[in-house]
Amino acid sequence: MERIPILKIGDVLLVSIQIDLQDRDVLALQEDLSEQICDTGARGVVIDISAVDIVDSFIGRMFATIASTSRLFDATTVVVGMRPAVAITLVELGLTLGNVRTALNLEKGLAILRQIGGTRADVLGHADDDQPVDR
Amino acid sequence: MTAAAAIELPIGADEDIVRIRQLVRTKAQEVKLSLVDQTKVVTAASELARNTLTYGGGGRVVIDVPTNGRRVGIRARFIDEGPGIPDLDLALTEGWTSGKGMGLGLSGSRRLVDEFTLDTEVGRGTTVTIVKWSR
Repeated sequence: MERIPILKIGDVLLVSIQIDLQDRDVLALQEDLSEQICDTGARGVVIDISAVDIVDSFIGRMFATIASTSRLFDATTVVVGMRPAVAITLVELGLTLGNVRTALNLEKGLAILRQIGGTRADVLGHADDDQPVDR
Repeated sequence: MTAAAAIELPIGADEDIVRIRQLVRTKAQEVKLSLVDQTKVVTAASELARNTLTYGGGGRVVIDVPTNGRRVGIRARFIDEGPGIPDLDLALTEGWTSGKGMGLGLSGSRRLVDEFTLDTEVGRGTTVTIVKWSR
């Protein structure tokens, strides 16, 4: 069994899944993330699945569970980087990811979290970085 | 393509599901399925292998490469000697679950493949056979 690393960047926890997940890896990640959100007070979780070549119902359910759990800790989960073939398969399988937010890539996922973070300038760097400024 | 011998793998633990996914992926690439079709058949295999493990109490999978005229495909038979499925119509109903999953395993994987047959007998076991043909 492999432990999937969880990286903390500011108020965000970042997980990039790079291995072929066994069911027990999935369950371990679910637990590790809940603990980390609770311990760090993170406001956002980004799960990068750009290296994942299949999402079956077990893995899909993990995303939904992590999203629901993180909401209990006032954190938002965004799943990013889903491959097109995975997306098509998920739809045909009939798996709706429920309340899981998704974004095309890591950059857009972080942008969603920044938006939700609103005026919290400390969330992800400086909020005004995004604003055009007159110099 | 020369007819390759069937390959049999056990389904007795978590890690067997990953091994089956990898073998199905390799075979699907060998018969030149498109990336989307590869993803679909690997996802279906993952669902069915987990069913065999969870509900059938374990078993085995037999994978081979059938031909049908000019077409070649990948076939996987998931065999268990578990309790069998008492109400097949119910088990194939979208969203119906005996409690441990999301109720997508059978109905969902059926949609992902070209052929899907299910033989079951209460007290004797269940065999699910799927085929995906190259286009």
